[in-house]
Formats: sequence, structure tokens, C-alpha cells
Amino acid sequence: MPTDPGRKGVLFVSVADHINRGSRRVPIWSVYLLGLLPPVWFLYLGLTGGLGVEPINALERELGKLGLQALILGFSITPLRRFLGVNLIRFRRSIGVLTFYYIACHLLVWLVLDVQILSQIWADILKRPYITIGMVGFLLMLPLAVTSNNWSVRKLGADWRKLHRLVYPAVVLGGLHYVMLAKTWQTEPLVYFAVILTLLATRIPVKLLTMAKRGQGAV
Amino acid sequence: MAYRSKLKYSDVTPKADFLNRRQLMGGAGALAIGSAAGVLPKWAEAAGKYSTDATPNTFEEISTYNNFYEFGTGKGDPVANAQRLTTDPWSVQIDGMVDRPGNYDLADILAKVSIEERIYRFRCVEAWSMVVPWNGFELKQLLDMAGVQSGAKYVAFETLVRPEEMPGLRRSGIEWPYREGLRLDEALHPLTLMATGLYGKELPKQNGAPLRLVVPWKYGFKSIKSIVRVTLTDKMPPTTWNMLQSREYGFYSNVNPNVSHPRWSQATERQIGGGLFAKRKPTLMFNGYEKEVASLYDGMDLKANY
Repeated sequence: MPTDPGRKGVLFVSVADHINRGSRRVPIWSVYLLGLLPPVWFLYLGLTGGLGVEPINALERELGKLGLQALILGFSITPLRRFLGVNLIRFRRSIGVLTFYYIACHLLVWLVLDVQILSQIWADILKRPYITIGMVGFLLMLPLAVTSNNWSVRKLGADWRKLHRLVYPAVVLGGLHYVMLAKTWQTEPLVYFAVILTLLATRIPVKLLTMAKRGQGAV
Repeated sequence: MAYRSKLKYSDVTPKADFLNRRQLMGGAGALAIGSAAGVLPKWAEAAGKYSTDATPNTFEEISTYNNFYEFGTGKGDPVANAQRLTTDPWSVQIDGMVDRPGNYDLADILAKVSIEERIYRFRCVEAWSMVVPWNGFELKQLLDMAGVQSGAKYVAFETLVRPEEMPGLRRSGIEWPYREGLRLDEALHPLTLMATGLYGKELPKQNGAPLRLVVPWKYGFKSIKSIVRVTLTDKMPPTTWNMLQSREYGFYSNVNPNVSHPRWSQATERQIGGGLFAKRKPTLMFNGYEKEVASLYDGMDLKANY
């Protein structure tokens, strides 16, 4: 049946085309606007009892998970295009900036509502590995957020791409941060981490392949 | 099926008796007036001696925010998944170094003990806390029933394992049954309670119905829920969290603000119920029961024996 895979392929390309065409009609500002809302919604829930009897921890978790989800979404744009032909590259900056916004909210809740005590905040960052790791992840995202604008892209040129590779360690640290904070090995953080590692793996072969090719060329 | 008595334990011990807390409402003030007027039964006066006068958390707070991994690891899982648990009939196997080992029907146990209200502070190892108005009896009463032999040094406890009613048991990682233990002198301390009720009502299933331990000066995970076995032994028994991560959870696990959990500080705690802007407060040595229990640990290095 030589026609079958072809037909499937055509069908798939047309689905991807539809997504690509449809997404072109979505204005970027609407992504920002929609993306701003979830933390506001969670805050509202926390204030009105919707997050249970311990809203601080719940809010912290929801925001952290939201950040991790956005991080994964942004991270999957390249493999989506490479393997499925779905092109969402227009949204990459907005998703990246929103990710930073979610993680910043998460950090803010931890600082202001959860730990509260300045000396303890510092002690926690230094002494608790999962907090150290989360904090490093956040700091790695800081230059990415600051340079997410056209001016920086022009100014930095090729360095911009290099700089934005910081997202690789940041996403791994984020996933690790979630795995480490649970009292036992729990399914949900491990699933997040597995997704992150899988997405990371989609990037490795290309590099390895080019390296291998170069190696062959040299011989 | 000798232990499957048709009689409910609630039939044997009239609810009014073991649940009567109305006289205690209004706290210490009312208590003082009550006892002066001779209205209160004897146990109520005893209850005053060990109860904190802090305002208890609401029934809703206490019964919707729980750690009970047999029903799932989320704080809301126990209330969602525990309602199918059959708690009646219930029996407790008491064995090991006792004069009268056997299966004790809960109804028979409750017929012989005096239930009182104890309003205790409750401090979780995760650095949150509550104030809980338990109803229960001193563990000592149960141990006396079985007759502790002279060589016994520790008490080991086990939680029910019933996969068809406990969806959390399917998860791997924890070796069931959930196990806890106390040194015998800790077990015999008058603060150590076997709880059967909450707020004068039957103990909610998510809180460890029908019978759970409450050791108010230790982190919450020591207060094992839905107990089906009590064993007297001369060796320190294995305990679940210690088996999982001995570096993080010691056998003693006394509340101690000066000894950090490796992953977070234990110096402060947040009481559930304060909403989004709840302030942290300092954690007290032995959770505020230092006067009552510090002597149990005289000469012990509490940093090494965490």
C-alpha cells in the first residue's frame, strides 16, 4: 500500500498548514493579554478561598507549575516546527516573556507571602539545594527576559542566539527544582521532568549528527 | 470472624458520652466556671490541664487539609478518597510483649476507656500547624488493658492496608503498611492520646478514623492514623518516613526549631487558616510541650537524635 503513508502525510501537512495559517491571524498582543490573566485568576482564588485552607502554598505551586508549563511550551516550538511542520515561532518571544512573568510571580509569592523573613530567605537560598537550584534557574532567565526585544536582537547580533541558549540549563533546573521539593518521588514532577528531557533530546541528535559529519570530513 | 461484631462501637459507647464537648465550649473561662459549679464530669477537668487555650482551627480546615498517603499524596486527596473506607467493624491486634495479646474489638476498647477532649497544637514536619480539639483516651489505658511486660521498651504501630478502599496504596515507593513507633515512656506519657473524635463528632476518615495516635510534641507524621496493630517490643521499631529517608526523618522527630529539616527550616511555622497573608510564627521547642516532656530526653543530644 504505497499510497497510504502518502495520504497520511498529506493530511498531516494540511493540518499543520491550517494551524500555521490560523495562527497567523492571532495578534501577538492577544497572547500577552491572555497570558497575563492566569496569575491574576489564581490570586483571586487564593483571596476568596478557592485554593483551599492553605492558599499560600497552593498559590506558590500553581504559579510554579504555570511557569514550568509555559517553559515547556516555549521549549517545544522548535521541535514542533522541525518534526511536525507546525510553525509557532511568532509566539516564541511572547511565550518566553510570559514564562518569566509566571516564574517571577512564583518567586514573589515565595519571598513575600511564604518565607517573609529576610534572613531566612537568604539562608534558604544558600542552604536548601532545591531552592538554590530554583534561584539559579530564575537568574539564568533574567538576561533572557531583558534581551527579549528587537533592539537587543540587533545590538547583540550572533551573541543573542548564544545568550538565549541559557534557556536549556534554566528549563532543566526548573524541572529538577520541582522534583526535589516533594517529600517522596511523586508522579507529577517526574512527568514534567521526563517531558523536559525528551524535548532536550530532540535537540541533541542534530548537534551530534553535525559533529559526526564534521568528524567524518576530517578523516 | 470473631472480631466482626454486629454491634457498632458507637452503640456501645453512647455518642453523648464520648462526644460530649458542649460543656467545654468557650474555653478555659467557661471551664473554670463549669467545674466550680460542679457541672462537668471529672474527665473534663483533666482535659483542661492538658489542653491549650489557643483557638482551634475550624472543622473544615482540619478535615480538608490532610496528609494520608494511603489515599493520595495531595492535601485534598484524603477527603476526596477516604470516604469509602470501612471503619466499622474495627479491631486492633495487640501483640508482642504483652500479657493479654489478641484482637481487641474497638467497641470493647471504647467500653473500657474514658474519652476526653484534648485541644492540642499540631505541628507538621512541613512547617504548617493547626490547633485541633481531639476526643480520645490516653494510650496508657489501652496498653494497661493488654498488660505491658517488664522487658518491653518500645511500642510499634501499623496502619490498615486495604487496597480496595485505599487508592494511594497502589503508588510505589512506600513500603506499606505505614509504620510508626514510640519509646515506651513516650507512649505512657499522659499527653499521648488515642483519638477517636474531632470537635465532638466521629473522627473523619481522612483524619485517621476510627482510631489514631496523637503525640502533640512530635511532628505530625508520628501520629499514625487508622491503627490496626500495636506491638510491644524491646527493639526500636522501623518507622515509615525513617525507612524512606533516615537523614530527613529521625525516629524521635520531636518538634525542634533548632534542628532544620535538610530541605527547609523548622524555626517557624504557619498556622492553617490565616489566608493569603498569614504571618509565620516561631515554632516552640517540643511544640510548646517542653514543660511536660523535656524530662523524657534528659541528657540526650537532640541534634543527633532528631
